[in-house]
Amino acid sequence: MRRFGILLPASLLAVLLAATPALACGGLIGPNGAVNLLRTTTLAGYHDGVEHYVTAFQFAGGGGAFGSITPLPDVPTSVVKGGDWTLQRLIRETDPPLAARLAAVPAASAADGAEELMKVKIDALDLTVLRGGAADIGAWAKAHGFRLPPDAPEVLDFYANRSPIFLAAAFDADAAAARGQQLGDGTPVHITIPTDNPWVPLRILALGKSAKDQVQADVYLLTDDTPALLPKPLGVNGIRLDYSASASDSLLTDLRSDRGMEWIPSSGWLTKIAVDAAAGDLTYDLAIDVSGAGAPSRVDAGFELPSAQAVVGAFDARRFVLAIGFALMGIAGIWLVARTRPGPTLR
Amino acid sequence: MHLDRAVATLGLGLATALGAAAVAGAVGRSAEPIVVEIDIHYSHFSPAAITVPAGRPITFVIVNNDPIDHEWIVGDAALHERHRTGTEPVHNARPTEISIDALHERRTTVTFASPGTLTFVCHLPGHEAYGMTGTLVVTAP
Repeated sequence: MRRFGILLPASLLAVLLAATPALACGGLIGPNGAVNLLRTTTLAGYHDGVEHYVTAFQFAGGGGAFGSITPLPDVPTSVVKGGDWTLQRLIRETDPPLAARLAAVPAASAADGAEELMKVKIDALDLTVLRGGAADIGAWAKAHGFRLPPDAPEVLDFYANRSPIFLAAAFDADAAAARGQQLGDGTPVHITIPTDNPWVPLRILALGKSAKDQVQADVYLLTDDTPALLPKPLGVNGIRLDYSASASDSLLTDLRSDRGMEWIPSSGWLTKIAVDAAAGDLTYDLAIDVSGAGAPSRVDAGFELPSAQAVVGAFDARRFVLAIGFALMGIAGIWLVARTRPGPTLR
Repeated sequence: MHLDRAVATLGLGLATALGAAAVAGAVGRSAEPIVVEIDIHYSHFSPAAITVPAGRPITFVIVNNDPIDHEWIVGDAALHERHRTGTEPVHNARPTEISIDALHERRTTVTFASPGTLTFVCHLPGHEAYGMTGTLVVTAP
C-alpha cells in the first residue's frame, strides 16, 4: 500500500473568485479589492490510502466576500478545522531562516448545476465540496455570487475531465473582521480524501492571470521514498527541485502532534518543489508516483485526457480486427476472381 | 437520336427555368437579414474576423458555449473605451451591445449604415485582455 504525504502551499490549490456579481462592465473588478487573499499554505498528505489537505487561507483586507475553488482528486469524507501550526513548522523545516513566506497571490476574478456533496463553515470560511463539470461549477459560482475569470472554462474542463470534484471556499471578509481576524491571519482547514490517485494541481495557480504573469509557489511532498515526478523539476520548465531529503524525526513528530495530524507516518522523504513559471506556461499538474515503478501518470500531469488512453487502446484493437477481416476478405476475393475469371473477350 | 436531342433540349430548358427562378428568389430576399453565427468557446470568438455589407440587416447569432457569462459589443474605438470603464451590469438595450448568459444563445440584428472597420469585444473584467475580441469589416453595398 502506498503511504506518502504531499505538502504544498495552499496557493497551489486556491483560485480566487471575485464576488462582484453586479460588475459586468469592464474595469471594476480589480480596484475594489479582488486581490485580498494572501498566499496561503497547504499540507496535503497521503497515508494508508487517505489524502489529507491542510490549507490555511490568509485574510489580506478588503470588504465583502471572495473565495477560491480547489480541484480535488476525489470526494472527501470530512472537512474540519486544521491544526494551528503545522504549515509554519513545515516551512521552517525546509527554509530555516524564514519564519514564513507569505506573499500576496493575485486574485483570479472571481447556479446550481453542481452537486453539493458537503458544506462546512469554519470561522469566516464557507466551504462547499462540489461535484460537476465545468458548466456545473460555473453555474454554481454564478448562483452564489461569484464570477469566474475568462480562462476558467478551459481550466475547469482541464480538471473536471480527470476529477469532477472541487472545493469552493467562500471567505467572508466582513465576517472575518467581525471575528477580530487581523491581516494575515489564516484559517487552517483539514480535508480528508480517500483516494488512490493523488496529484498536485499546479495549473490552477495560473487561473485569472495573464499569460506573462509569473506564478511562484512552493510545493512540499512527503513520501515514503523518493518520489518519481512528472514533469521532472528541471528548472527550465517552471518547476525546480529545492529540497530532497529524508524527513527528520523532529519534523514528523512536530507535525504529528498538531491537531488532527496523527496520520503523519513515522518516516518519510521530504521534497520541496519551487514553482516559478509564466502563467501561460503552467499548463500542467504535478503527477507523483511512489509505487517504485517510477512511472507517474501522464493523465495526472494533465498531458493526456483520461479517456485518451482507453480510446486509443479500443480503437487500435478494433482497427486491428478490421484490418485482419479486410485482409482475409481481400485474399478470398482475389482467389475467387482468379478462379472464376473467364478469358479475354473481343467485342 | 432524335429522342436524345429532345431530352437534352428539355433538360436545358428546365435548368434555365430553375436558374431564373433562383435568381428571382434571391433578388426578392435581398432585404432579408444575413445570418452570421459567432461561437464563443473558452472565452474566444469564432470566427474572430467577419465581413458584412453595409445597408443590409445582419442577424448575429451568438452562441455562448462557455459556463461563464460573456458580452458581445461591437463598435468603434471610442465606444470600446467607454465600456472599459463602464458600469452597466448587463447589456440588452442596444442591438450592438448584448450580454449572453453562460451556455445560452442570443440573436441581434444590426444594419450598418456605412462601410468601415469595427471591433467586437467582451468587456467583462479580464476578457478583452484574454483575447476576447474580433474584427468586423463593413463593406460597401
